[in-house]
Amino acid sequence: MTATRTDSDRERDRQRLTRTWADPQGFFGWFSHVDHKSIGRRYLITAFTFFLLAGVLAALMRIQLARPDNSFLSADLYNEIFTTHGTTMMFLFAVPVMQGLGLYFVPLMVGARAIAFPRLVAFSYWMFLFGGIFLFSAFFANAGPDVGWFSYVPLSLQLYTPTKRADVWAQLITFTEVASLAVAVSLVTTAFKLRTPGMSLSRIPVFVWAQIVTSFMVIFAMPAVMVCSTSLILDRLVNTHFFDPGHGGDAPLWQHLFWFFGHPEVYIIFIPGTGIVSTIVGTAANRKVFGYPIIVASLALTGFMGFSLWVHHMFATGLPHLGEHFFTASSMMIAIPSGLQIFCWIATIWSGRLRITVPMLWVLGFFFIFILGGMTGVMVGAVPFDLQAHDTFFVVAHFHYVLIGGAVFPLFGAFHYWMPKITGRLLSKRLGTVSFWLVFIGFNLTFFPMHILGLNGMPRRIYTYPADTGWGALNLLATLGAAVIALGVVVFIIDAISSLWVGAEAGDNPWAASTLEWATTSPPPVFNFIDIPTVASSEPLWDNPPDQPVVVGLRTDVRDVLVTYVADADLDHRVEFPQPSVWPFLTALAVTGFFINSIFTPWAVVYFALPMFVTMTGWFWPKSGEDTGTRRWPFRARTLPKPNEAFAPGVAR
Amino acid sequence: MTLGSLSHSAFNPAGLQAARIARLTWILLGTTTIVFVIVLAVLAWAVVVGNRRREQPAVDPPPSDVGLTGAVSGAAVVTVFIIIALMGASIWTDRVLASLHASNALTIAITGHQWWWELQYENNTPSLRVQSANELHIPTGQPVLLKLASADVIHSFWAPSLHGKRDLIPGYTTTVWIQADRPGIFRGQCAEFCGRQHAHMAFSVVAEGQDQFNHWLDAQRATPPAPVTDLERRGQQVFLSYTCSSCHTILGTEAHGHVGPTLTHIASRGTIGADTLTATHRGLAAFIRNPQSAKPGNYMPPNTLSTADIDALVAYLQSLQ
Repeated sequence: MTATRTDSDRERDRQRLTRTWADPQGFFGWFSHVDHKSIGRRYLITAFTFFLLAGVLAALMRIQLARPDNSFLSADLYNEIFTTHGTTMMFLFAVPVMQGLGLYFVPLMVGARAIAFPRLVAFSYWMFLFGGIFLFSAFFANAGPDVGWFSYVPLSLQLYTPTKRADVWAQLITFTEVASLAVAVSLVTTAFKLRTPGMSLSRIPVFVWAQIVTSFMVIFAMPAVMVCSTSLILDRLVNTHFFDPGHGGDAPLWQHLFWFFGHPEVYIIFIPGTGIVSTIVGTAANRKVFGYPIIVASLALTGFMGFSLWVHHMFATGLPHLGEHFFTASSMMIAIPSGLQIFCWIATIWSGRLRITVPMLWVLGFFFIFILGGMTGVMVGAVPFDLQAHDTFFVVAHFHYVLIGGAVFPLFGAFHYWMPKITGRLLSKRLGTVSFWLVFIGFNLTFFPMHILGLNGMPRRIYTYPADTGWGALNLLATLGAAVIALGVVVFIIDAISSLWVGAEAGDNPWAASTLEWATTSPPPVFNFIDIPTVASSEPLWDNPPDQPVVVGLRTDVRDVLVTYVADADLDHRVEFPQPSVWPFLTALAVTGFFINSIFTPWAVVYFALPMFVTMTGWFWPKSGEDTGTRRWPFRARTLPKPNEAFAPGVAR
Repeated sequence: MTLGSLSHSAFNPAGLQAARIARLTWILLGTTTIVFVIVLAVLAWAVVVGNRRREQPAVDPPPSDVGLTGAVSGAAVVTVFIIIALMGASIWTDRVLASLHASNALTIAITGHQWWWELQYENNTPSLRVQSANELHIPTGQPVLLKLASADVIHSFWAPSLHGKRDLIPGYTTTVWIQADRPGIFRGQCAEFCGRQHAHMAFSVVAEGQDQFNHWLDAQRATPPAPVTDLERRGQQVFLSYTCSSCHTILGTEAHGHVGPTLTHIASRGTIGADTLTATHRGLAAFIRNPQSAKPGNYMPPNTLSTADIDALVAYLQSLQ
């Protein structure tokens, strides 16, 4: 079997693989999808929808604050809106959209047929969707949370928030925790165990590294907020007193737990953004990104250091000075890995052959906005300055510069960069340029004045302010800026939707990029690659010789996936992946019933155990040998292609 | 509006601490601005060079990776030094802030409530203690110790012209020193989200000379004079016979409620409702007529007082100098 594969071999395999890997069609089939591309697309579209909803909420807040003593929104509604805005942006947009991008592209970039644990990923999508629907149903039923996205105790306890609003917040957190943990373990496993032969650790694309680091951060940070949301629900529902100072509970305990999650959360959002930037910069500069080891080490270092900064959210609580200085040091030091990455990107641009594409334009916007946000980040790391800036509009400006600059700008670049792979159509360069400039200018008009407002005494989260504070003019400017941003986003949406019909055909590799997702068709087939390409460098599409082998010997009549070793991606074994199934959807329904009902009664834990048991049993029901007629789980899965079957010469495609 | 023209701006310091923080702010702002400009300038240059090389590859060979490594390492080293310097400036400033103290200083206990500030001027002699609300008088030129606590949720005390924030956390009492170096009225506001009316939880710090301050303190210690006119007498009757007295205190009467702010010398204060309305006849009448109108969600219940009763009540309250 050393002959070069012919086109008829490939056509035969294409047909078989399509039959084997296809997700069921039709309305009911839609609930059974396990293809990572299908789920990734759903994640991206759903998260972007939440982005728009939260953006509308932001616009309402800007209208209310446009002039002093405005009565456009009541205090009550304003508090609900800012809480829902923050909660949505953090939990229903920023984290899921990055994970959705990872779900779609990590398996493609590592040359895998599928994502690890496909049913778990399907389950995670339903949990994410149901959580979001739950939050907005509550919001429109006037039961949206109104105690801030951080829900500080004791304000969020029963005594001060007797309605169900704080419970809605806590359970929304639980929904998104479950969803993001499920995606995180799947991404880590995919990146570590499903890489194509040859893709050793030092050849993993930077974007995949960013997803690995992010996923590990999710795995370590989310449990802290899980403790938060669960003990808050317990305090509220069954009168435990974890946080109630009247009964020996402790209010600052909440802050430690919450920010031990909350600060890493910022990096969970921002690190995938840097992965996007490295990808786009490398492609636009037409060279391997400079300092690959430095960049990967910086990502990992940021991941570790992200866990040692949480106290800088608590400088005003009156902690011991020595302890505060430690956190000043760590807060400022984290600028070093970020700075290193920026220097490496500049070096890449400087030494490359740069083409200023629309994705690159967004990345250049990222540089301006993110670096400015990083500078104010160093400033608020200083305790004395933070005591002035903390909980003011200065901080609002700072974190919008960091998060919109560090995540949303790269994300818009990523949409322009990768949408052609997803849809097969290019977006318009003209509309892309227009929407970029609108969002860029609008963003700075909106958020730059907030630095000044904050230091001039304007606290966060106030629904109005008196005229004699002198804050009116800059607030009006910020509101006008928000309108410009909205216009830019509308142009982008028009561009994205119209491209489906009028966009130019993208072809396999419109940007002449180097990573494996561009080695297959646009959009990719359901099985990703007819012949799984092996790699001999970190930029396979640039460096691979024409006779670079492809993987053969994987069966085409069952969902055969090749598993490799973590370090060198040598052949380990192959495993049969599960079929599409409706059980993850049903399990998600059962868990949703459990989460929502446990707001009202602790007995939900008991009586929702049954549907959860039934649906999970269906999900995990072991396959009999006859189901596929081939191998029993798990032992016979541990076989490898015969040595002479593993690779065949051919062009990776 | 320019930087520093406001009585509630971190750029317009009126005390030692705010002044030192403002100085640190300018150091941080200056340094980071320079870094920002340099990094973006280098980026712009890189874009020009990279773009030109694409068009004329032969003319402009790419720099060696060795050279790039040197440049990136150099930039990293500079970054480390800048950060260490800024850290030093931060720690030094923090030491100065912590150095403010005095023995036998004026001590004021501040308790945060949803959504107003309870003030108690401490004194070893109970009869010399003063209760007030929302308007913090301090003498200039000397350190004052604030003891901060909360009666309900977390609040944060912040008068930007004097000092940074300090949280008021239920279950804890924290202390902070402040000092005003010049007389003035400095606005402050709760900075930690504390519920529905977080936006209307402001206060003012009135810094005045020692004599003036002592005069004010003596006046606050005094029991207010009995009502003089018929209208004021009727107002007092309304106050004592209606539900007002179950929540508010007026010294010299039977009203000893502690739910809402003390009204003993309400007429000496400039505003009501934690800086929501001015303490004029109009403001007081509006607040009493419908407490939920100017400050929806506050804990003052609705009432059925007639317009005449409200007028009398306001006249009485305005007599409480």
